[in-house]
Amino acid sequence: MSATSHAHHDEAGQAPLVGSLGVDSRKLGLWAFIGSETLFFTALITTHLIFYARTKAQLTASGMLAHMDPKHFLGINLTSVLAAILLASSLTMVLALAASKAKEWAKFRFWLLATIILGSSFVLGQAYEFSHLYAEGLKLAPQFVYEGETVKSLFGVTFFTMTGFHGLHVTLGVIWLIAVYFKVRKFSASPENPMDVELVGLYWHFVDLVWVAIFTLIYLI
Amino acid sequence: MAIAEHKLTSVSPATASSGSFPWRTWLATVDHKKIGIIYIVSAFVFFLLGGIEAMLMRVQLGAPNNTFLSADVYNQLFTMHATTMIFLMVMPMNVGIGNYVVPLMIGARDMAFPRLNAMSIWLFLGGGLLLYMSFLTGGAPNGGWFAYAPLTQVQYSPTSGMDYWILGLGLTGIASIAGALNFIVTVLNMRAPGMTINRMPLFVWMNLVVSFIIIFAFPTFTVGSIELLFDRQFGGAFFNPAQGGDAMLWQHLFWFFGHPEVYILILPVMGMISEILPVFSRKPIFGYSFVAFSGVGIGFLGFIVWAHHMFGVGMGPMANAFFAAASMVIAIPTGVKIFNWIATMWAGDVRLTTAMLYSIGFISMFIIGGISGITLASPPIDLQQTDSYYVVAHLHYVLFGGSILGLFAGAYYWFPKMTGRMLNERIGKIQFWIMLISFNVTFFPMHIVGTEGMPRRIYTYEAGMGWDLWNFIETVGTFFLAFSILVFIYNVLSSLRNGEVASNDPWDAATLEWTIPSPPPSYNFLHIPVVNSRRPLWDAKYPHAAGDDHHGASSAPSQVRYEYTDEGTAGAKEIHMPSMTFSPMILSGGLTIAALGFIYINKDILGLPTRVAALGFILIGIVMVAIAIRGWIVDSRKDSPYLGQHH
Repeated sequence: MSATSHAHHDEAGQAPLVGSLGVDSRKLGLWAFIGSETLFFTALITTHLIFYARTKAQLTASGMLAHMDPKHFLGINLTSVLAAILLASSLTMVLALAASKAKEWAKFRFWLLATIILGSSFVLGQAYEFSHLYAEGLKLAPQFVYEGETVKSLFGVTFFTMTGFHGLHVTLGVIWLIAVYFKVRKFSASPENPMDVELVGLYWHFVDLVWVAIFTLIYLI
Repeated sequence: MAIAEHKLTSVSPATASSGSFPWRTWLATVDHKKIGIIYIVSAFVFFLLGGIEAMLMRVQLGAPNNTFLSADVYNQLFTMHATTMIFLMVMPMNVGIGNYVVPLMIGARDMAFPRLNAMSIWLFLGGGLLLYMSFLTGGAPNGGWFAYAPLTQVQYSPTSGMDYWILGLGLTGIASIAGALNFIVTVLNMRAPGMTINRMPLFVWMNLVVSFIIIFAFPTFTVGSIELLFDRQFGGAFFNPAQGGDAMLWQHLFWFFGHPEVYILILPVMGMISEILPVFSRKPIFGYSFVAFSGVGIGFLGFIVWAHHMFGVGMGPMANAFFAAASMVIAIPTGVKIFNWIATMWAGDVRLTTAMLYSIGFISMFIIGGISGITLASPPIDLQQTDSYYVVAHLHYVLFGGSILGLFAGAYYWFPKMTGRMLNERIGKIQFWIMLISFNVTFFPMHIVGTEGMPRRIYTYEAGMGWDLWNFIETVGTFFLAFSILVFIYNVLSSLRNGEVASNDPWDAATLEWTIPSPPPSYNFLHIPVVNSRRPLWDAKYPHAAGDDHHGASSAPSQVRYEYTDEGTAGAKEIHMPSMTFSPMILSGGLTIAALGFIYINKDILGLPTRVAALGFILIGIVMVAIAIRGWIVDSRKDSPYLGQHH
């Protein structure tokens, strides 16, 4: 999407694309979109927390919480590594943006590729985590099987929906990163490159932040 | 600056477009005006479909124990009637008029993201067609427009109708969010010099407010419908209490969206009224800031009143008290607007044109709907009236008496700008009176049968309940209502051909869209206007009166030019407008095809071949999206604002 703006900015000698508000149009649109996405993930995370609280209450009542808590499924080791990978990718994203602003294209390609690889690793790691959980008895079904015992709970349903949609966002982010990589490689002289990089970076950091929220609320606490 | 006046080697697309295939100028358009027209025309077609559904239901209810429709068909009709009127009629009609008028009102040459705008219209159409396809493929959605769980679970609603509903509304939802982002950026970032926030026309204000409501309200609906899809297709149980799910969760997720949605339907129309009343009263709007900020207030309050739709489920006295109080508070900003509109007409030089009649009709009917709304905000009264025809009466007074009468006002007001022809005023006034009277004949008795206990959504009723006569009168009213729509269609068709030719400014109006030709050229403004008050055109026409009130006006007059043809359009060729592109339509088509495949991916219909075909549809859709994204990037580079500057 390209943005349109007025002649008078040109006449006034301002930067192109900066409109009456003084912000780049695409950036303004992306910030508004991130605001909208915040509500999307809030609803998903809230759904999960509500049903987890019910499962916990139900297990507490039957005195089984200590050894039947569905959180036992969630391997903290793997997901800590995934969290580290995603946080590292935010760092490489920042470095890629800095390099694009400084027009150091070799450096930029290196850091953007690093971000793409880290992002892809996260997606692969999540796919591994999902298949692992399925094998252990946590499925997209209103009950889970833990150590041979079946417990009625929506933990699996809410967990896979929430983390799955986060994973989908990461995947779309990786595709966007790859698109920017090739666009910048093809048109390395284009003055719009830093803004292209900044936009995908904004989205990338947001997706990262959502993972921080999910990791803290669902895995840690 | 893509649309700015830098020299371009290629020919302006406006002239290049008249090639061998005229449809191309519409299918590949990124012009906000053409996109607006496509929105308006398709919303009107859906209006007719929704109206036919309503008439079929009224025929069924016209007499007790009627067998014209089966219960099953009736369920499909009331679900599709509401879904159509809300998501495929009033919303896109607002968006269409906004699309056409907002950039003109703020002195812009297009929306901020013309290609995204094109994607929105095709995605909306794809979603609408998907919804209507369900009639041909085994049954339309039948769970009501608010789709209460667990009725929507697959065991109670076994046809694919609800899946069509989820994915069809999912597509229109993406279109709405993309459109809202576009409006936000356009209004905030594309204003002409001097068009400060506090000088924006109130219609622009209300579109800005509504866009923010859309981006914050739609996500919870998206999440709710995704969860419902998982329930129906992948063995989830989010909303199925029998398996540990929670039916109330759906109601909260839905109404957190659903209540702001009613403001999405009404606020843009209130904006239209706030433009029309001053013009035909020949007075500035009374209390501009109050009208603007009460709109903002309604937008905020709209997010904390959702559970007043749920008094009937028993949330407890604390929750009921909170949501009742919050709902009644909304009466304050709404009342502020109504008093301001009345004060605008007060002592004005009122001209009773058709647009003005419809505006006054809007205010009167909306007051009736507002008053019944306040009664429903009180839990003890609501417990008596919920799910009765009283609610049906209330919602039609605000959505038909409100939104739709207001949209007709907007149609008569802006038709000359959009087409270059005036609608026939005499036919218009006749149509107004037929519609106003038959509207009341149809919907007022619903208050009475509602308080007498007639439940909504029943497909028939026993004789002798005291409802027979009223229901018969309502049905008769519907036919006159339909007749008034036919008169409107006749007026539009005959005026398009033989109507009086419209000047730039046929109503002696105040805002920027009336400074340019009717219909406007593709680039809208030959010279970007410089604005110094809230009423730039009145300032230019009546400079002696410009200083009469200083609200929002600086001492310098606005620089607005009448761009009459005799002034010439030299320089127009050098205005670069965004190039036409098919990519947004291919992308939307791909998403629609993939959504269709998604409906059948996990269905046990005809066994394996269905699933293979469904998977094929999804893959074709993904390939189309990929092709479209590549084309989109290539096409966007043609118009890159950075080219032509550097190198």
